[in-house]
Amino acid sequence: MQRVRVKSLMPPGHVRTPHYLRGKIGTVERQLGSFPNPENLAYGQPAPAKPLLRVRFTMADLWGDATENPNDTLDAEIYEHWLEPAPDAT
Amino acid sequence: MSDTFNPARRWHDMGGDLAGPIPTDQHDFSLWEKRVDALMIIGAAKGFFTVDGLRRVLEDMGEDAFENMTYYERWIASINQNLIEGGAYTTAELAEKMAEVAKRGATYGDAASAS
Amino acid sequence: MPHDHHNHLSPSGHPYRADNDTDLSYWQTMEIAVRELLIEKGITTAQDVANQIETMDSRTPANGAQVVAHAWSDPVFHAELMRDASAATREMGFDIGPLRLIAVENTPQVHNMIVCTLCSCYPRNLLGLPPDWYKSRAYRSRTVREPRTVLSEFGVTLPDATTVRVHDSTADMRYIVIPNRPEGTDNMSQSDLAKLVTRDSMIGTGLAKRP
Repeated sequence: MQRVRVKSLMPPGHVRTPHYLRGKIGTVERQLGSFPNPENLAYGQPAPAKPLLRVRFTMADLWGDATENPNDTLDAEIYEHWLEPAPDAT
Repeated sequence: MSDTFNPARRWHDMGGDLAGPIPTDQHDFSLWEKRVDALMIIGAAKGFFTVDGLRRVLEDMGEDAFENMTYYERWIASINQNLIEGGAYTTAELAEKMAEVAKRGATYGDAASAS
Repeated sequence: MPHDHHNHLSPSGHPYRADNDTDLSYWQTMEIAVRELLIEKGITTAQDVANQIETMDSRTPANGAQVVAHAWSDPVFHAELMRDASAATREMGFDIGPLRLIAVENTPQVHNMIVCTLCSCYPRNLLGLPPDWYKSRAYRSRTVREPRTVLSEFGVTLPDATTVRVHDSTADMRYIVIPNRPEGTDNMSQSDLAKLVTRDSMIGTGLAKRP
């Protein structure tokens, strides 16, 4: 499975990438197709379609030792332009 | 409550925060709330804005609005701003209409009776 | 048009709340003004607004319960639902509009749970409007970090060996949980099975009821 990292960017405008996932590494669970970019739609601008992926993270990767159960997982939809290759991809 | 304060993190982006127990109260939606919901669907269907435009204004309204206004109060505020931005009517037209509506009666039922 | 003050039943036939008779608020004034301006300008009609309310009122958890019961009963439909939940739901005759639905299935090994941390995305075109708690700060904040503690507040305790899989509805997809079919239901009809499927079981904060 493809390992990806969510970019650690913090722009002030409307984005659909949650703060708690930024900089976190997950695996691509499935491709969802392309959708008009919400970062354009929010401002009434033309919105080219951007690929959207469902990315799966382990709770251990998100919350470290504080996690309730390290094997529990979290899925979120992340636009491809918010993803970069995981640094230690194997 | 964030673990560490980050000025770039926006108030609505609350996943992972600590918070109190899940509230259990539930209310049935009133007619005016259902109408707000309908106006959102219609305004979007007519091309005046998108759900992302609705969210953008809700986010820009800030945390005080989240704490002090009800869900559909925030929605009508956002729908209105999006409709003005989208050219459906002007602020002046809204001002005249709101003044007229407010004179119709003391209750929602009375004031909405013309429609 | 009927005078709202004397029109006590909603399109669904249920009484409206008493708000109609409470003091007119600033935001209610805005709602009336916005709606009337849109009607005056020919952007919509009073009938369109009433029809839209009726459409939303017709969307309830009972619709989702029928989908779940059908999936429990019919392996072919189950496969279709897992492949394309929007198409499978439309095929059953539900008007879900542009909803892009993904069905996520509970098993003895996996329990799914739905949240929207950024706002309050919900499969509303199938299940109707979300419950108030779904939109609360507490649910939106905590579910992605301590789902088991949140579940315990709903009275659900899962074995450690069961994987909890939380879905944050961050973009264009909406999710429905297909709960585990309870034991002792082998001979039940679809309509009886549907009665066991609660709203919360389709969000993942509950389990299907036992017969």
